[in-house]
Amino acid sequence: MPQGRVLAFAESRDGALRPVAREAVTAGRELAEALGSPVDAFLLGPPGIAREAAALGAYGADRIFVAENDAFVNYAPDASLRLCAEILGRETYSAIIFPASAQGKDLAPRAAAMLDRGLATEVTGLGAEDGVPVAVRPVYAGKAIARVTFTDLPALISVRPNVFRAEKRPGEGLVESVEVAPEPSSQRVKGIETGERETLDVSEATVVVSGGRGMKGPENWAVLEDLVDALGEHATLGASRAVVDAGWRPHGEQVGQTGKVVSPTLYFAIGISGAIQHLAGMRTAKTIVAINKDPDAPIFQIADLGIVGDLFEVVPALAAEIRRVHAES
Amino acid sequence: MKSIVCIKRVPDSEARIRIAGDGRSIDPSGVKHVMNPYDEVALEEALRLKEAAGEGSVTVVSVGPEASKEILRTALAMGADEAVLLQCAGSPDGLAIARALAAEIGGRERDLVLFGKQAIDDDNMQVPAMVAELLHLPCATVVVELEIADGHVVARREVEGGHEVIEFDLPAVVSAQKGLNEPRYPSLRGIMAAKKKPLEVKEVELRESKVEILSLEEPPARESGDVVGEGAEAVPELVRRLRERALL
Repeated sequence: MPQGRVLAFAESRDGALRPVAREAVTAGRELAEALGSPVDAFLLGPPGIAREAAALGAYGADRIFVAENDAFVNYAPDASLRLCAEILGRETYSAIIFPASAQGKDLAPRAAAMLDRGLATEVTGLGAEDGVPVAVRPVYAGKAIARVTFTDLPALISVRPNVFRAEKRPGEGLVESVEVAPEPSSQRVKGIETGERETLDVSEATVVVSGGRGMKGPENWAVLEDLVDALGEHATLGASRAVVDAGWRPHGEQVGQTGKVVSPTLYFAIGISGAIQHLAGMRTAKTIVAINKDPDAPIFQIADLGIVGDLFEVVPALAAEIRRVHAES
Repeated sequence: MKSIVCIKRVPDSEARIRIAGDGRSIDPSGVKHVMNPYDEVALEEALRLKEAAGEGSVTVVSVGPEASKEILRTALAMGADEAVLLQCAGSPDGLAIARALAAEIGGRERDLVLFGKQAIDDDNMQVPAMVAELLHLPCATVVVELEIADGHVVARREVEGGHEVIEFDLPAVVSAQKGLNEPRYPSLRGIMAAKKKPLEVKEVELRESKVEILSLEEPPARESGDVVGEGAEAVPELVRRLRERALL
């Protein structure tokens, strides 16, 4: 097949690049090295986004195509597709990489249908064989791992957040402005409503503190919130299916096969026994810590570190100890 | 309100998954199958919309093997009016499924096409937006709140840290996230009534998949680690070990 370049979608929100934009470019770079080809990036945003776009050069983007318009302060699927089509009209591409974020998961399939090409989602590993991308992706929420390839290029790929860690490298990107009209569009994105404070999403946090039925009731979550606070700004709350189904916690926090599949650096399973569908959702965390009063709980079979005990004693002590060592260092 | 709900037969989330002898598929023997949990939410939404409007219809469509009739019967028992099985073999990729669904749905009268946000087997999470694109319909994915008035839709979809508000006119495609509603169970009366409702089976030739599975493997086993101790006294040791791994 003809060797083409790699194109990465750099996601922005409210005029700022999102961290997954750098991850998509980093993943694109990894694939491009396997293919022996350059990497380009594309993004949309309000006027001024081009300045931010230049920073993607430091993550391996050779050229960065930018469409600026006041309408692009919000996610603009139809305009994003037009920009993608415009770039594909200029160069030959072997792959298009999207982040498997809320935006990327919505946009990538639209692009695949528009281009009549295959899409592999939530990819955790990338390589190439005979000039064709090969992607590794968990299926059945990680109970099995598939290696897939593509019959036609470009291959469309979305990469799971937190897996391809953004990596700086020497080099600069060339920013190229492209005109894209915001209309026509069959849907209008009005903006994003956040709660009292915008919380870090469980799929993007590098530290996750999840609570299960052992928490005994929704009124006890202050204990976990305090641990999250002690762990710092990269930490957020997660939950087991049991507590979400009981209405103790919102669906957005659920980790597992019918919730989110997460790959944080550090995962705390607190009062979670470890049902098979939960383990599927967090088994790719780099380090798993379990705190549970039942020494036979299945969670201990996959945890790297654990404490057997009453979580209402252990968790506050843990938050205090973390604050103490942080204050010392 | 005329809705079409696309549903899929999948292994239950509690099922253990074993790789088949060919190394490219799963061994289905002894695995309990169910209606994809997110599809139940999509179906419930369609039923509520019809009930609220006091008129309309709910059609369920599935692409899959003959055994998918079971979940179509369940959908009819929950209250759907008619069911269509696009019967095929193998495990096609998302685009092949989307094309088959778009061909079927494209010829039908419909205000709303509903999906679950993803199937919990192949986790592709791509068919709803593909069908929207193929049919040139507006689309909102991963929806947790849906308001429809006079053919105009305001949907809230789950995004990182909040809800994205998106507006469009019917006809449209929506994919449902848990939390949109609480799906009902089929009633005994519903189960009896379902036996008399139409379930049409159409053999379909799917287009070749553009994504090919080279191999399917079990995930690398995680070795169980250390229980560092019992109770609050074990906390300093846990923190020391986490710092040793540069995690704190």
